[in-house]
Parts: sequence; structure tokens; C-alpha cells
Amino acid sequence: MASLHTNFLGIHSPNPYWLASAPPTDKAYNVLRAFEAGWGGVVWKTLGSQVKNVSSRYSSVDYGGQRVMGFNNIELISDRPLDINLREIREVVREFPDRAMIVSLMADNDRQSWHELIKKVEDTGAHGLELNFGCPHGMNERGMGSAVGQDPEIARMVVEWVMEVATIPVITKLTPNVHSVVPAGKACVEAGTNALSLINTIQSVTGVDLDTFVPNPNVGGQSAFGGYCGPAVKPIALKFLTTIAQNDVTRQVPVSGIGGISTWKDAAEFMLLGATSVQVCTAAMKHGFRIIEDLCEGLSNWMDEKGFATTANFIGRSVPTLTKWEELDINYHIVANIDQSKCIHCGLCYIACEDTSHQSIRLDYGNPYNTYTIKEEECVGCNLCKLMCPVTDCITMVEQRKAPEYVNWKDYQRLGMPLNDH
Amino acid sequence: MITNNRLSAEQYTLNFADIHPPFESHDSALVEASRCLFCYDAPCMKSCPTSINIPKFIKQISTENIKGSAKTILSSNIFGAGCGKVCPVEKLCEGACVYNFLEEPPIPIAKLQRYSTEKAIEDKWKLFERKQSNGKKVAIVGAGPAGLSCAHSLSREGVDVTIYEKENKGGGLMTFGIAAYKVTPEFCEDEVEYILSIGGIEVKYNQELGKDVTLEELTQQYDAVYLGIGVGLTRNLGIKGEELEGVVDAIDFIYNLRDKGYSYVPVGDKVAVIGLGMTAIDAATQAKRLGASEVTIVYRRTHAEMPCTQHEMDIALLDGCKIKWLSAPKKIHGHKGKVTSLECSVMELGEPDASGRRSPVETKETFTLDVDMVIKATGQTPFTKLVEENELENKSGKLVITQDGRTNVAKVFAGGDAVNGGKEVVDAVQAGKDGAKGILEFLGVVDVAVEPAYNKSVVSDAT
Ligand SMILES: Cc1cc2nc3c(=O)[nH]c(=O)nc-3n(C[C@H](O)[C@H](O)[C@H](O)COP(=O)(O)OP(=O)(O)OC[C@H]3O[C@@H](n4cnc5c(N)ncnc54)[C@H](O)[C@@H]3O)c2cc1C
Ligand SMILES: Cc1cc2nc3c(=O)[nH]c(=O)nc-3n(C[C@H](O)[C@H](O)[C@H](O)COP(=O)(O)O)c2cc1C
Ligand code: SF4
Repeated sequence: MASLHTNFLGIHSPNPYWLASAPPTDKAYNVLRAFEAGWGGVVWKTLGSQVKNVSSRYSSVDYGGQRVMGFNNIELISDRPLDINLREIREVVREFPDRAMIVSLMADNDRQSWHELIKKVEDTGAHGLELNFGCPHGMNERGMGSAVGQDPEIARMVVEWVMEVATIPVITKLTPNVHSVVPAGKACVEAGTNALSLINTIQSVTGVDLDTFVPNPNVGGQSAFGGYCGPAVKPIALKFLTTIAQNDVTRQVPVSGIGGISTWKDAAEFMLLGATSVQVCTAAMKHGFRIIEDLCEGLSNWMDEKGFATTANFIGRSVPTLTKWEELDINYHIVANIDQSKCIHCGLCYIACEDTSHQSIRLDYGNPYNTYTIKEEECVGCNLCKLMCPVTDCITMVEQRKAPEYVNWKDYQRLGMPLNDH
Repeated sequence: MITNNRLSAEQYTLNFADIHPPFESHDSALVEASRCLFCYDAPCMKSCPTSINIPKFIKQISTENIKGSAKTILSSNIFGAGCGKVCPVEKLCEGACVYNFLEEPPIPIAKLQRYSTEKAIEDKWKLFERKQSNGKKVAIVGAGPAGLSCAHSLSREGVDVTIYEKENKGGGLMTFGIAAYKVTPEFCEDEVEYILSIGGIEVKYNQELGKDVTLEELTQQYDAVYLGIGVGLTRNLGIKGEELEGVVDAIDFIYNLRDKGYSYVPVGDKVAVIGLGMTAIDAATQAKRLGASEVTIVYRRTHAEMPCTQHEMDIALLDGCKIKWLSAPKKIHGHKGKVTSLECSVMELGEPDASGRRSPVETKETFTLDVDMVIKATGQTPFTKLVEENELENKSGKLVITQDGRTNVAKVFAGGDAVNGGKEVVDAVQAGKDGAKGILEFLGVVDVAVEPAYNKSVVSDAT
């Protein structure tokens, strides 16, 4: 059986799944339950400046009759006394020495505060530190969190302060509330961070209550921008992760991937795009810690199927296949094919292509069941119909190359080949 | 022994509780609404005789636009709430749901339909605005589904409608015929009241055509007349012993149950029901639910030819009714004028008959069922006398109409069971719409908003 064992800068964990710094890792009670359930590690809820929380704190985006496609919060960093947190971290490390214990930090914006905090935390026996440069609400108004992560020079400065005293691995957690994570990521790596993690939450408004007219979450008739996470943010996280994995400087350090991971498939995708470990928050907040069982079993079964003995066999494997658009092969062409024996006659492919794509599906009326067939000569191979079809493998895309040779956009222009074939 | 009041009040209530209970909450409706694929040119919609835009109304439930959803349903089918309870959906919309191809349960369309329309009735949502009166006057005979659907469509367009109804309540067989565990009399009353709330429709109850008023009077007083009189009692068996005490007509039996209350209706210990249509099933299950200890359905043909749906038959079987296949009543035996047993012939299937089904042929074998009550449910007979007296063209009493709903008599239109001989409520509702359309054209009322009969026009035009 495949081994899920993970070695992240010498921090070992039995599997690559860490709970992200958030309420699930807020105190010993939760973390002990998580470790008992089988989680590989935790990033302890961010410690630092003293804060006070409000109520309510969360809101969500529901979709298609399901709850929490996206999740949003206006909670601050840990609001428990530092001493208690430190004592509990020490206890947990002693009780579960085989699990990764990383502590998230966000000190006031001065060298002294960072130095003091790091020393106290290292004293607990924790295995690593994560610098929270990402919180996009509350803390940023005080010049912390995403206010640090959004400015590469400030981020560089803080990492330099940290590296002056840190003796255990330092992971810097980046904010996605930027056009590109690369400048801040580069600055942090150049300043000496041992690793990166991403993404933190995305500033958002999840919706407006149509009865009270106040956006969610409602705090006494007002609201504030919150941080968005959960399944909805996964594609954005994967994109940012890829840019870190592709940059010459940032790809020198290991990355812990975060953002919308709910299943083992999500985790595998993050790892294929360069993550060494993955962190989970919303999925655990929705279902509890028990999801770790399938996260591990699913990943391990898939690795067996693919012949991967360790995670190192596939981490980053998909990174080179994501290129620039202008490198793509223009002669590669596919057309849709509808398997009539699987078709349930819902007409969803037809109306999608007819109204919004290339009018490439033929409709023969029947009562009550219509027949749909592809007009191959019209089909541009966009995938739309296949994506809308509710039946797996009913619509497949069949390769019909335009020509045998590889020709990309640059070649196309150089050779003066014809445009607009539709 | 035939007797009434066999059960306690609680037992009656329990036995006649709604067999398809509604959704408990918006959450449970949402689970099912969210499963809907929102098909294009949806097979369910094409399989609804009134062409309700099903994907649209379900989508509207999921977006919490319940008013919009109710309007979508009711503009195609003003009996949308009742139909949600009584339609044999397994052979209509739900039977066509594409999920059936995936061997998944179809979307509970009828239940979702009830969800929005029952709210509309409960909260008396005013979804339709009657146009200003255009001075045209139409008489409708029969306040059943066909008549009321026609009336509503006409009134929407500003026609002043007067309905003549022989009973003291509206709704027709919806109120007096359909099984009590599907719709309650109270619900039917509310539904009729909701339909009439558009205004412009006057109902004259206890007015029977042919007795209290003549067709000639109506054609003289009104610009047009619509006949939605349905069909009458069960046809006679034509066998010995039919006159014995304990032989009852299924329609009568159910009518009493609906009109007079469960405890009033006498039922035997051992009951035979003859026929296997919807009416037979309803009579059998309700006899059982009234407290009969044994109910046997006697049917001439086999499972393959039965007119009821499997779903309906399962209700009867689950209630503990038995079915004797290939059995035809031969003679009813009695003692002191009361039924004691039913003698049946064993049948076998011969050549296909006019209906295309293999016709049953008598064998020499017979058997006898000990029963004290026989309920006849072998199909209803049209009002042949009334029809003939008025020289209305008909086929064994069933009125003959043109595509736009006209009979052979000038100004007289017809539809529903009176024309088709007895189908479903939903067919009668569509017939009412078709009739209204024909009448509006005849009266020269332009800009007609009557919803199209999707099955007929759109599909054939497009092909
Ligand atoms: C026992 C039974 C069970 C059924 N179960 C179902 C079911 O589960 N689902 C379903 O969809 N359908 C069912 N049906 C069929 C359904 O009830 C009918 O198809 C539908 O009611 C027909 O509507 P209609 O308006 O054409 O006729 P009706 O409903 O029969 O209405 C005719 C109206 O005209 C009145 N009338 C008749 N003659 C005169 C006159 N001379 N003067 C004045 N008024 C007159 C009647 O009193 C009645 O109100 C069932 C029928 C029966 C008998
Ligand atoms: C309620 C809540 C509180 C959070 N608090 C912190 C925090 O204190 N420090 C931090 O680095 N990230 C915090 N996060 C962000 C998560 O660690 C994580 O980056 C984000 O939720 C994306 O992962 P997910 O999609 O699995 O939830 C918080 C998230 C939530 C939902
Ligand atoms: S692949 Fe795109 S263009 Fe081709 S049939 Fe499907 S939707 Fe239409």
C-alpha cells in the first residue's frame, strides 16, 4: 500500500493532511480530537496581538440545494490568553509527538513583538511556525495580516525579523487578495522563509439579506468584509499555487496548499500542482474531523492505482503541463459525440450549444423524447455540452486532429495561416 | 351483513388520511426541486395533458419564487393543486421524467406542484386579473373540472359566465368521485372557491339541464353554451340478481362517502368489486377502509390488459384487497332479497377486440364467492337520453366535437368526460381550455391568453 507519510522540511506527519489555522485548531480539546481521528498535523490558530471578537461571525453561499459552497468569516486571530495556548500546545506535542505541530503567528508590527512571540512558542516544542500574512479582515485594519502580505517589502521586512531568531522551520502564509502572489512570495523566500503556504481567505461579501437589507454576517445591523473560503475558492487557490510552483525563486521552497480542499481528489490536485502538504479548514468545519478517514483512504487507493509508492512520486507532476496559451497546439481538435444508449433526452446539451455556443447539436423532435446528435462539422470542441450533460460518459470528446503536426499561435502567425474558420 | 358505522372516528380519520402527504417544509421541497435537471423541451411537460411548464415551476420553487411557481402551474392548469393530488402521474409527467432512464426515482413533480399551489389557495393569492367585461355571455353546464376550467379561461378574457350545476356543490367528480384519501371534500370546496375568486362567474347550483332548464333556453339567452356534464352512473352488468339488495353502483357508493361522511356509508363484510379501472380500485380500497373484512376485485382479463395503473393496483393490494383475474360475473345469488354470493365464470383470452386488447372468452368452469355486497364498477354510461333529446351528435352517448370544441348544434360547445367517455381530471381541464379557446374565437374575442396545448400544436409544428 502507498505511504502517505509526509516530510515537510523535517517536520514529519503520518499523512499530508494538516488542519489549517482556524477554529478547528483553536485549543487542545479540538486538536486532541483531530489527532485521535487521524489528522496528520495542525497549524494552531494564529497567536499574537490581543483581540476581541464580535457576533455573529460567519456566513455562507449555498448552491444547488446544498449548504456552504463558500464560507465567509469575520473572526480575528485567537482570542484566548497566550499563556493558555502555549501550555496546551506543549501538552499536545507531548501527547502526539508523531503529528506535525505548526503554530501560526501574527505579532504586532515591530521586531521586538515578533522576537518575543517566537521565543515563547519555540519553547513549547512546536515543530514549525507559520506567519499569518493573510487575514483580510480586522487585523489588516491595524496594519497586520493581509496588510503585510499585500506589500512585498513589508512582508520581506517581517520575515527578516523572524529569521533572526527562529530555530525551527518557518512557513509564510500568503494572502490571495493581490493580483499575483509571486512578488510577496519571492520577497519572503529571498528574506529566508523556509516554506510558503497558500491561500488564506479572499475578501468578500457573501450576500445581502433581502428582508433586513444588511449583508451577511449581520452584526447588530451592520456587516464588514469577510474572508471567503471553502469549495468555491479551490480554483483560485490552485491558480495561485501553480504560479508559485512555476516561479524560479518561489519554487525553491516547499509549499503547503490550502483553499477549498474537501476531498482526497482535491488534495491530489493540489499536490500535482506542487503542494507537499495540504491544509483543510471549511470541510472540517462542515463535517467534523471524521472526514480524515476518506481523505487518507481515497488518496492512498488512488496512489496504488497509479503506482505511486510515496507522495514524492507525484508532487508537482502536473506543473509543466500548464503553459502559456500561445504554446497550445492549434491543430489539436476534438468533437463531441453523444452515446445514444446513455442519453436520457434532457436536452441540456442542445440548449447550451444552441443558445450560447455553436449551434452544433441537431434536435429531432419526439413525443415525449427528442433525439440529439452532434453536427460534427460545426462542433468546435469547446466541451460545453459534455460539461452540462448530467450523465457521466454520455458525451465524450473524440480526437479529430486538423493536421498531424504541432502548430502553436506563434507558428501560426509566422506562417500566415488562415484565421476565423467559423 | 351490510352496515354502516363500523369503525371509530379516529380509525376513519386514519384510514382516509392523505396517501401522498405534502412536503413538510421548504427544505424538503428544496431537496427534490434541486434534483430537477431543468430539461429543455422537457419530456414531463410534453406528457402533461395541460402542458404545465414543469421545469420552470420547479426552478421557481428552488429560487423561493413560490408565487411565480404557482402562477406558472395555474396558468396552464387552474386545477393544478387538485391535479397534484389525483393525477396518475406514473403514466403522465413523472413517468416521462428522464431520471427513469437512470433507474433513479423521478422528480416528485406532483408533490412539488402541490407545494406551491396549496399555498396559493391557502393564502388566497390573487394571481389572475380578469379583463374588463366585454359584454359577452356564456352558459356552462356542469361545474366539474371541464366546466370550471372553461369558465376560468373565459372569465380571464372578460366574458361573463353562468354555470348551471345540478348538484349543490362544484367540482364534479373531483368532489364526488375521487377517492377520499386523495382529496378531501373540504379541499375541493376551497379549490372551487379559489377558481371562482377571479370573479365574473356565477354558479347556479341545483339547476339541472333537461329538468330545470333546457338547452334551447340557454342558446337563446347566451352567446354560447359549453357542456361539461361528464358521464353518469355505472353501466348495468345485465346478469341475474342485479336487483338484489346489496348490489350497488360504485359511483353512488363513492358519492355517498364523499357527500355524507364515512360513518354514514353502509358496507358489507365480504365485498366483491367488479371491474379494474380507477373507479374499481377506489371502490375496493375504500370499502376496505370503511371496515369490510374481505374485498375481492373481479376482473375479466389479465394483468397485461388492466386499465388501472400498477401504482393504483398496489394501493388496493397493500390495503389487503384480493384480485381474481380472468373472472366474469355470471349470476348474483340471494336469500330473502339480499345478496349471499357471486357466481363467476373463469375466462380465457381470445382474439384481440376493438380496443386492441385480447377479449376474454367464457370457459365452462365457474366458481362462487361468498359475499354480502357487490359493487359494480364496469365503466360509466354517458347521459345518452339528454344528449339524444337535444339532437346532439354522439357516439353511444359520447358527444362528438370538432377540433375547436363545437358540437353539431349551433353555439354549443362541449368537452371533458362527456366527450371522451371518462378519462382523468387533467384531460377535462385541458378540454375546458380548448373549449374556451374555441368559444373566444367564435365570439370574436381577440388577444386570447389561453395557454397552448403543447402536445398538439408545438410538437407537430416543429417536426
Ligand atoms: C370513482 C372515480 C375515481 C376517479 N379517480 C380519478 C383520479 O384519481 N384521478 C383523476 O385524474 N381522475 C379520476 N377520475 C376521473 C375524473 O374524476 C373525471 O375525469 C373528471 O372529473 C371529469 O371532469 P368533467 O368536468 O368532464 O366531468 P365531471 O367531473 O363528471 O363533472 C360534470 C359536472 O356536471 C354536472 N352535471 C351533469 N349533468 C348535468 C346536468 N344535466 N345539468 C347540470 N349539471 C350536470 C355534474 O353534477 C358535475 O358536477 C375518477 C373518476 C371516478 C368516477
Ligand atoms: C472561521 C475562520 C477563521 C480563520 N482564522 C484564521 C487564522 O486565525 N489564521 C489563518 O492563518 N487563517 C485563518 N483562516 C483561514 C484558513 O486557515 C484557510 O486558509 C482558509 O479557510 C482556506 O481553507 P479552506 O477553504 O479549507 O477553509 C480562518 C478561516 C476561517 C473559516
Ligand atoms: S463541444 Fe461545444 S461546439 Fe461542440 S457540440 Fe458540444 S457545445 Fe457544441
